[in-house]
Amino acid sequence: MAENLEEIGAAIAAALPAGAVEATTVQRGAELVLRVQRDSLVQTMLALRDDCGFEQLMDIAGVDWPGRPLRFEVVYNLLSLRHNRRVTVITATDESLPVPSTCGVWPVATWYEREAWDMYGIVFSGQSDLRRLLTDYGFEGHPLRKDFPLTGHVEVRYDEERKAVVYEPVKLTQDFRSFDFESPWEAMTTLPGDEKVHLNRIEAPKPTEAKP
Amino acid sequence: MSLSTHQEEPTRTIEVDSHTLNFGPQHPAAHGVLRLILEMKGEMVERADPHIGLLHRGTEKLIEYKTYLQALPYMDRLDYVSPMAMEHGFALATERLLGIEADVPVRAKYIRVLFSELTRLLNHLLNITTYALDCGAITPALWGFEQREHLLEFYEAVGGSHYHVNYFRPGGVAKDLPAGLEDKIGAWARGFPKFIDDLEGLLTNNRIFKQRTVDIGIMSAEQAMEWGFSGPCLRASGVAWDLRKSQPYEVYDRMEFDIPVGRQGDCYDRYLVRMMEMRQSLRIIDQCLAQMRPGPIKLQDNKITPPKRGEMKRSMEALIHHFKLYTEGYHVPEGATYSVVEAPKGEFGVYMVADGSNRPYRCKIRAPGFAHLQAMEVLSKGHMLADAVAIIGSLDIVFGEIDR
Repeated sequence: MAENLEEIGAAIAAALPAGAVEATTVQRGAELVLRVQRDSLVQTMLALRDDCGFEQLMDIAGVDWPGRPLRFEVVYNLLSLRHNRRVTVITATDESLPVPSTCGVWPVATWYEREAWDMYGIVFSGQSDLRRLLTDYGFEGHPLRKDFPLTGHVEVRYDEERKAVVYEPVKLTQDFRSFDFESPWEAMTTLPGDEKVHLNRIEAPKPTEAKP
Repeated sequence: MSLSTHQEEPTRTIEVDSHTLNFGPQHPAAHGVLRLILEMKGEMVERADPHIGLLHRGTEKLIEYKTYLQALPYMDRLDYVSPMAMEHGFALATERLLGIEADVPVRAKYIRVLFSELTRLLNHLLNITTYALDCGAITPALWGFEQREHLLEFYEAVGGSHYHVNYFRPGGVAKDLPAGLEDKIGAWARGFPKFIDDLEGLLTNNRIFKQRTVDIGIMSAEQAMEWGFSGPCLRASGVAWDLRKSQPYEVYDRMEFDIPVGRQGDCYDRYLVRMMEMRQSLRIIDQCLAQMRPGPIKLQDNKITPPKRGEMKRSMEALIHHFKLYTEGYHVPEGATYSVVEAPKGEFGVYMVADGSNRPYRCKIRAPGFAHLQAMEVLSKGHMLADAVAIIGSLDIVFGEIDR
């Protein structure tokens, strides 16, 4: 891949609808990333598919950044078999703003969007089949959000007396351990007499703000 | 039987309307825990709605709470039929974020290619034979599993276990090949074409197998692309696309091999492509064994790979490195990457976001089977119920990677 990705990125951005692309970056000199407007997503994707030769949608990933005003990133990974190149398209949204569905552009998007809805609660407008995909029937919450606990809220077991599967609130036999590796001195608890050192301590999992 | 009709027997009208059939999750042909809601019209499939997630273990969430080194074993448990290919995807993504992909020693790259191809054989052996089992042939499964046992012994020799080996690590591989293993693999690889011939003799021209698979579940090249197909399923539809050739990683650019391509895109072609791929994998294995030279097998940077056991007995620094590595792990600079490998089932991608800490901020796993299974409805529409079983078999579904 000796091509100049920046030039390609500029060419692609020029081929897309005006004002759709917010930023074009090349990560580590190897990966092309486009940040696009949420509202013109479908037109952008159509242009990418038809004019830029990205025939395949390989993946849609959600990423949760609780510290940002638009907390979710929706990441589309496209592949062009014709030109042998990839592009990552990123758009941002929050819990309520819907992202236009790309299932009309690539039918494969349906399950990826269902997964993003299931895991993050990202809403896709124009998606007629927004059922949960991976979690249990009747599951509540969106497990991959950073504020969803790793242990979940309910646990399930078979009750011999009631002869049925029962759901109960999670009971932990020991505290959940989340070590803070940023500090060299302590792990999970603040030791007596150490309070002053830990005044600024942020509770894990801490929402880290990365520069977009 | 007399043709005279009895007047007292009234004419019966039988209405055949569509009804729903629950296929799985405990069906032996469901390849694990697939629950397929089939809307049938008589014996024809009208709609197929796969319900997945019965094996969902929250791998992506768990990885967010583990260091990069601790997260690696979870990858083995995704596609448990080809564990090393899964580790490979994660290792490449981590290396790319760390910026050490160019520093991985050549021998480690050869070992990875060697074991990726052994993994491909391992996977295709299981898929082809169980697929034949679904279509009514028992012998291939009995023969194939014997060969798989040899391959799993190679796994055990390098990683200490049959499946969850945790062998490919960011920065190289965990251990060097034990003495004599290269010869053993070489000897086995020389005898294996005979087995492929036998297997082909059982299936390729088998009338029953062909009746069950030819012209069943046809996918055109255009359809395959819009449904996100990759790997053997895409190649069976006539697209000569292989990441090992088009976007070579490790030392695949030094290997000579061909890409088998199908024409029809039906179940039979998917079988044929896998069969041919096994022969190509053997070619790659031979070349690896011939080109491999002794040398380091992991990065010599103790911030990322552990120091030698012997060193730890003498050097305080090595001991500290070891301790830090296995408790805190290494910090990966901020960034995101989408790294792919050509896993036996197709494109296996890891979209990893690092935030500068010692744990992945987000690790999205792109499993090839996920996209393939979604196309179940288009593939099986208008086919018989028994054909749906053949289609599932031909797609190479493993629930570990689909449900994650």
